[in-house]
Amino acid sequence: MTKYILKRFLGMIPTLLIITTVAFIIMRIAPGGPFDRERAIPPAVQANIEAKYHLDEPLIKQYFRYLGGIIRGDFGPSYKYKDQTVTDLISNSLPHSLLLGTLALMAATFFGVLAGIIAALNQNTWLDYTAMSIAVFGVSVPAFVIGPVLMLIFAMKLKILPTSGWITGPDGWKTVLMPLIALSMSYFASIARLSRSSVLEVIRSDYVRTAKAKGLSPTMIILKHVLKGAMLPVVSYLGIAYSGIITGSVVIEQIFRIPGLGRFFVQSSLNRDYTMIMGVIIVYSTVVILMNFLVDILYSFLDPRISYQ
Amino acid sequence: MKKALLALLAALMAFAFVSCGGKEEAAEVAKVKEPVEFRLNNGAEPESLDPHLIQGVPEHRIYEALFEGLIIYNYEDASPLPGVAESWEASNGGTTYTFKIRKGLVWTDGVKIDAHTVVDSWIRMLDPATGSNYAWFPNMFIKGAEAFNSGEAGADSVQIRAIDDMTFQMDLLGPLPYVIGALAHYSFGIVPMHAIEKYGNDWTKPENFVGNGPFILESWVPQDKITVVPNEKYWDAEAVKLDRVVYLPIEDQNTSHNMYLNGEIDWDTTAPQDQIEQIQFRDDYHATPQLGTYYYVFQNEKKPFDDPRVRKALSMGFNRKNLVEKITKAGQIPAYSMVPDMAGYPATSGNYEDINQAKKLLAEAGYPGGEGFPAFEILYNTSEGHKKIAEYIQSEWKNNLGVNVTLLNQEWATYLSTRNMGDFQVARAGWIGDYQDPNTFLDMFISGTPMNGGKYSNPKYDELISKAATMADGPERMSVLAQAEKIFIEEDMGVMPIYYYVTINMIDLNKWGGFSFNVLDTHPPKDIYLKK
Repeated sequence: MTKYILKRFLGMIPTLLIITTVAFIIMRIAPGGPFDRERAIPPAVQANIEAKYHLDEPLIKQYFRYLGGIIRGDFGPSYKYKDQTVTDLISNSLPHSLLLGTLALMAATFFGVLAGIIAALNQNTWLDYTAMSIAVFGVSVPAFVIGPVLMLIFAMKLKILPTSGWITGPDGWKTVLMPLIALSMSYFASIARLSRSSVLEVIRSDYVRTAKAKGLSPTMIILKHVLKGAMLPVVSYLGIAYSGIITGSVVIEQIFRIPGLGRFFVQSSLNRDYTMIMGVIIVYSTVVILMNFLVDILYSFLDPRISYQ
Repeated sequence: MKKALLALLAALMAFAFVSCGGKEEAAEVAKVKEPVEFRLNNGAEPESLDPHLIQGVPEHRIYEALFEGLIIYNYEDASPLPGVAESWEASNGGTTYTFKIRKGLVWTDGVKIDAHTVVDSWIRMLDPATGSNYAWFPNMFIKGAEAFNSGEAGADSVQIRAIDDMTFQMDLLGPLPYVIGALAHYSFGIVPMHAIEKYGNDWTKPENFVGNGPFILESWVPQDKITVVPNEKYWDAEAVKLDRVVYLPIEDQNTSHNMYLNGEIDWDTTAPQDQIEQIQFRDDYHATPQLGTYYYVFQNEKKPFDDPRVRKALSMGFNRKNLVEKITKAGQIPAYSMVPDMAGYPATSGNYEDINQAKKLLAEAGYPGGEGFPAFEILYNTSEGHKKIAEYIQSEWKNNLGVNVTLLNQEWATYLSTRNMGDFQVARAGWIGDYQDPNTFLDMFISGTPMNGGKYSNPKYDELISKAATMADGPERMSVLAQAEKIFIEEDMGVMPIYYYVTINMIDLNKWGGFSFNVLDTHPPKDIYLKK
């Protein structure tokens, strides 16, 4: 197992290198540059800026300069936010995205699994229909609709929550609620549907029948036998979901003014903020790879049939 | 026993009464001392706080709080007022300006500000190593600036000097009568070289920050907020009434509007496009004509747009009044000239809608009824607003002139690159003036300038604009500029003006004073106060 973990860990390096290289090339092929504005600037002024950021060097030299920087932990200056380095920007904003994403996914998983089990155990009853209707609603209504609607109800009409902002002041926790709900809704829905179908599958399996025959109580059967088996598809979904939930929070971050990394995911590309694009890509790729890695390890604990050499 | 109880009750009541009174008094005191905080939607996170590296409206708003140049804006009409310079005079036919620096000025850290500070700051702005985007702006005015900025000459080529500690002098490329107003621009900002040398790129961090404006940086949480508080060392500190200004980078227009309605911000610098129709009737909705023009650029070198008759026909072939009333709806003004309404400038009448004349011109150019007119594209940057405008013009041209147009949208950076390379037929563009003079709308269409992506070229136009640059202020100069614009728009239709921009602000003027609307949309926080 340790050998496997080490091997997977080292395997991350070439993967990241390939991602970095491809991203670097694609980014530089895209038309336009980081300093283009409505008013086209004279070539001499443009040249000064390019020289300042070494953009006048041959591309290959820029690439190795960049790689060299990364190895030293230096992601370079942001071309858009000139007073800050990419490292500053990422380290300031990533924790907010991670916090929101983690909370949202935890809520989605807890309520999703709960709704899934209830629905499965009460298949084709009103409980099942209600849980699944909520799930269908969650999947079909996008976050950018749920967000403003929540704001309209809780901040504008009922006036019990602030419109937006992020954990400042004594009532900071209040600002978390709406983005949390808006962000977790679609994940909740997927997890609920996933766990419902896998619970249904597992309760018909032989080992559950055996457990029943042994005379175990229904609660024990669910907790000890059904849940463990039924969680496999959910766990594999969580890996993808976690990377999705922290990259996909762009809209929520804008609506609720959360200073997270999600907005840079889109904005840096639109701004052609080369160093920032690279920084964001590297961070997110690392998160995705790590999550997949974690899921694979979790798998072996949940399903003894899977073992890693 | 009863008596004793009554006495106790009376004593309790008396105590309660006294303590109540005390509380009210305390509340009264708190009310008097309550700090006045002014919160606004600044639209976006500033790219920088360094005056020489900034280039946008959100940055300008913060600049006005933290820094002061030789000249500042009057909040009422954006006219120039003395700032660091107490007075000035022109000599040598308006090509040399001498400024008297206000006495006793210091940075927030107590270091003295004098004429040498101005020289050092401007040299830093122009230094190629600073890599300033807006260097082209001082280059337009200061003699020798461009040579230094482009690396052709040393810093001593820049014709600015400190005659003595309190006297600063600059030589201009020509009389350029609008220079004083232009000096309020951040690219002429004065910066604390001692702090920049000490902290490098980190000098704008709150813990290192040094400024000379009416406010000082209190905190900066990137992507969240910037707060500023009064600078006690500011020369006019008494005039500053706000106790704190909070700049919020709110990108979502609906969120900022909701925050405004909920009283979470005091000034919203925008309003949701899709709700304009309802919002515009509110008393706190203010749409003000701005010094800016929305226009379409023709690719003057490509057929069929190389024929002025075609360009004129297209410009005459649609109704701008309908466009601003039914499509854009925020109070924009139909534009028939490139230069918006400006005091002392005789406006060009332009080419008004005239479908018959348009058809006639098109027929003369060889396309009767639009027949044989090649299909072409309107290029715009991806945005719902630009799309609606393009769709309207598309349908008008089709119905009125029989011309077939398709629409092409590109995301911002791609669009800019396409436009600057001239790789389009008709493209959307917009220009907001940098200073209050027609020249800011006209000099960018001189042959071969980088902004002239439509490659408009007319030697007569170039000559007139260059001539105006050598003339002193007065009606004669204005008339030369107007002649140039007449050639550019009325005769050549080099570009097609569509409407003049308006700025939209939401603020309750019954509550806030010292806030006025002007063509530059500038609202110095120094002047804003809470009405009693």
